[in-house]
Amino acid sequence: MSEYIIKNGTVYDPKTEVKGEVKDICIKDGKIVDKVSSKAKSIDAKGKTVMAGAVEIHAHVAGPKVNEGRNYRPEDKLFTYQPGGKNTRMAGGFSIPTTFKTGYEYAKMGYTTVMEAAMPPLYARHVHEEIKDTPIIDEGAFPVFGNNWFVFEYLKNNEMDNVMAYISWLLKTTKGYAIKIVNPGGSEAWGWGENCTTIHDPVPYFDITPAEIMKGLLTANEKMGLPHSIHVHTNNLGNPGNYKDTLDTFKLAQGVKPNNKFGREQVFHHTHVQFHSYGGDSWANFESKAKEVMDYVNSNKNMTIDLGCVTLDETTTMTADGPFEHHLTTLNHLKWANVDVELETSSGIVPYIYDPKIKVCAIQWAIGLELALYSKDPMRTFITTDHPNAGPFTRYPRIFKWLMSDKSRQEMLKGFKNSDKVMAATTLGSLDREINFYELAQMTRAGPAKALGLTDMCGGLAPGMDADVVIYDINEGKIKDPEEIEKAFSAATHVFKAGTLVVDNGEIISNGNKRTFWVDAKVPTNTQVERDVQMKFLKYYSVNLNNYEVSDHYVANPYVIEVEN
Amino acid sequence: MSKTITDVVCPFCGTLCDDLIVTTDDEGKKILGVDNACAIGAEKFIHSSDHSHRVTRPRKMQEDGSFKEITYEEAIEHTAKILVNAKKPLMYGWSSTSCEADSVGHEIAELCGGIVDNTAAVCHGTTLIAVQNVGIPSCTLGEVKNRADRIIFWGCNPAHAHPRHMSRYSIFPRGYFTGKGAKQRKIIVVDPRPTDTTNLADIHLQVEQGYDYELLQALRAAIRGEPLAGDVIAGVPKETVYEAVDVLKSGRFGVIFFGMGVTQSLGKDHNIDAAICLTKDLNDYTKFSIVAMRGHYNVTGSGQVLGWQYGFPYSVDLSRGFARYNPGETGSIEVLKRQEADAIFVLGSDPGAHFPMRCVKEISRLPSVAIDPHITPTTEICDVHVPVAFVGVEVGGNCYRMDNVPIEARKVVEPPEGMMTDQQFLSAVLERVKELKAN
Ligand code: SF4
Ligand SMILES: [Zn+2]
Repeated sequence: MSEYIIKNGTVYDPKTEVKGEVKDICIKDGKIVDKVSSKAKSIDAKGKTVMAGAVEIHAHVAGPKVNEGRNYRPEDKLFTYQPGGKNTRMAGGFSIPTTFKTGYEYAKMGYTTVMEAAMPPLYARHVHEEIKDTPIIDEGAFPVFGNNWFVFEYLKNNEMDNVMAYISWLLKTTKGYAIKIVNPGGSEAWGWGENCTTIHDPVPYFDITPAEIMKGLLTANEKMGLPHSIHVHTNNLGNPGNYKDTLDTFKLAQGVKPNNKFGREQVFHHTHVQFHSYGGDSWANFESKAKEVMDYVNSNKNMTIDLGCVTLDETTTMTADGPFEHHLTTLNHLKWANVDVELETSSGIVPYIYDPKIKVCAIQWAIGLELALYSKDPMRTFITTDHPNAGPFTRYPRIFKWLMSDKSRQEMLKGFKNSDKVMAATTLGSLDREINFYELAQMTRAGPAKALGLTDMCGGLAPGMDADVVIYDINEGKIKDPEEIEKAFSAATHVFKAGTLVVDNGEIISNGNKRTFWVDAKVPTNTQVERDVQMKFLKYYSVNLNNYEVSDHYVANPYVIEVEN
Repeated sequence: MSKTITDVVCPFCGTLCDDLIVTTDDEGKKILGVDNACAIGAEKFIHSSDHSHRVTRPRKMQEDGSFKEITYEEAIEHTAKILVNAKKPLMYGWSSTSCEADSVGHEIAELCGGIVDNTAAVCHGTTLIAVQNVGIPSCTLGEVKNRADRIIFWGCNPAHAHPRHMSRYSIFPRGYFTGKGAKQRKIIVVDPRPTDTTNLADIHLQVEQGYDYELLQALRAAIRGEPLAGDVIAGVPKETVYEAVDVLKSGRFGVIFFGMGVTQSLGKDHNIDAAICLTKDLNDYTKFSIVAMRGHYNVTGSGQVLGWQYGFPYSVDLSRGFARYNPGETGSIEVLKRQEADAIFVLGSDPGAHFPMRCVKEISRLPSVAIDPHITPTTEICDVHVPVAFVGVEVGGNCYRMDNVPIEARKVVEPPEGMMTDQQFLSAVLERVKELKAN
């Protein structure tokens, strides 16, 4: 493989604690190295910014919900289509781009690793078929466990060994990466049109509570030593006053110590916290509780979060939180899709227009940014939009701009129709902090990689790591206009994926060699679980057990992370 | 001696049963028996295994209308050439094959500026349009089995078209919350005529032909407690409508299954809009879902692959270098009627048997190729017929059930010697198209 040397770029790399020093980065055989030979191709990065490839910890980019979103929203394609080229297929869509476009757009922004945040196990093969058709980026997918009947029964009976054996089996069967929990218990209750709105609401017929489900899965995750922690979207998303439920959820992890060999320090990740940081008790007195939420996060080092920033676009919401989507369609009256999945989960989709003229939308926008600005530890606070829920991932550069420029935030705040009300319900106007490039690299590279247990593989530029390297045409010291930030981060000049130059001068020149990550967690043979699985498939599933597993040929270029414990 | 293969997927209807047991001879060449399948499904397996009636090499139509055997290489060349030479080839079918084959076909279409369309064009395309209008609250078939106590069949006759649907998922199975099976369920069937399915109904709403929309809206009104005018609504006595409403509202989990009787009758997508809105309304009282009874075993999969690659589920026009979707304009029937296509490629469907006469004539007039394991009305009017291995019998591949659940079809026997699979054939055509385009 070829050698490269990226010369004289200004490097930001939290992994090696390089904070904006001018430095050469060397690439050989797909890895970062100390030195290269004189034959190495040289790229001049003088005056430019060099970072590791960015790591997406939570986005909905592949699978049944995403595809239903595409197919039922032809309007989302309007004015977006790009014809194919020498190295690219035709590509379209805005909030729910086609798989090809997903790969190209992430790569162009310098993202090289992306986690699909919710995989219904019964539909796992579909998720992997889409991942296979998503070029360039490495991907993994999180199967949902929080409404799974096996999990309910084992936890209710305090059978921790069985929970672990089942988790191990399901990760292997679906080729999944981590334990995702969405509206624990509530999505099962939605099978009857009901919900669990606090973490202590019992799940109908299953005699267990959301708190018990989360705590049980957290315990199992640490006993097993998985690369990622449990990845939670708790109950009562999107409702005024829900920050109390959020804090109740966070407390479940209080004091628990991580156990793993992957350098992960958290035992609990909460996703799209923006949707969970609401005060007030109605839309009239709806307000931000970002400070209260972040005070807790800042003082509890065993947890991480991602933001879920609202970008003020027309988008498509989609979640395994079925009851929430039904609630949303009763609010905005836009078309509602729902899929309840036997024994496993529910899910729903509703288009949404985050209109800056509407007070609530503007407050949501402010909350997402406040969370980041209140964060004392950027290594535990990651930038996301919960794509496409709060906005499409293609807007990340705009969020970077807002986080890095108080001026751009003030302009937004002043421009809102309900400016005074928005300012009264939030504290964003008084936060003059500006995230710097090093912190950005923590929030988009080193932090998420570490939380995923991939800290020695991606998100950094230490010798031996995958050579995922990005060059942006921007110089932190010389920014005059915040728009320059959005522009530069929208279009990296060069992107390397595992040592292959995939973006050159902003153009896709190679589809790289994308990999699919999944976790093979070894547990002792457990005949009880084997029997239970057979029994449930015989009696309650609509497919045969032997047709459930995602066979290897559906997994694009698998990279298996083995966990012995 | 014989061999037994379990968990076999039936490549016939959208029910996509995956519990078949197939017995073959020792060498895995001949199918001796099929267990668990319905009569239609079993017949498909047995029939394919009798090679005597199958063409095993491509054939080209001669001036006099007879067919002469050609090699696969010649068939690949013919196919690549007509596609490359065409400005707007119509590439139709994709519903009785695997997603893997669909995917290769799309790449060819992209290079040749084709229109990619599947059999939704003549069955559930109207459903897809309705979903784009009003969404769709739905669930997997296992949810129906485990929870449902109210089942409506609207404009469909599963007893004939999806024979095992009722026993596997909808009427008879005992699930987690439905331990009493059929006894726990109330069945409503909406059909203008008595059928084998209406025989199983607790209530048969004998709607007047063409009045589905009226009946659907009347149900919606009655559910909200609005008074209904007239004693007979859409051919159904008012009391029966009220009776049906009571049944629907009093259930804990209901499902509407609907078929071509309502998607292709007067009102089309508007009927489905109303049926979906009825489902949505019912969720204010109880839990309700709606599921389309898709016909071809993998028409759903074709829509899925088109969805993730282009963002539209059928009638996708790639001729301008980017994907366009405008059913009524970019659909196969319309394109053929307007004589807009200049070549025809068919795989995984039989438009010769299902399209209007005018369209069939147009197919026979144009440069064409049909890829199909069988001799069909379509292969008889196309310039070249390329026989391929049976997906789900002689080669595996991914398929999507009517509820979008993906199931990997299995291979149970060897195809006749030297026979290509459709994916192999398409891959060879793709290679050749790339070469021709490069020159
Ligand atoms: S119901 Fe359909 S899928 Fe099932 S065996 Fe019969 S034809 Fe095959
Ligand atoms: Zn999410």
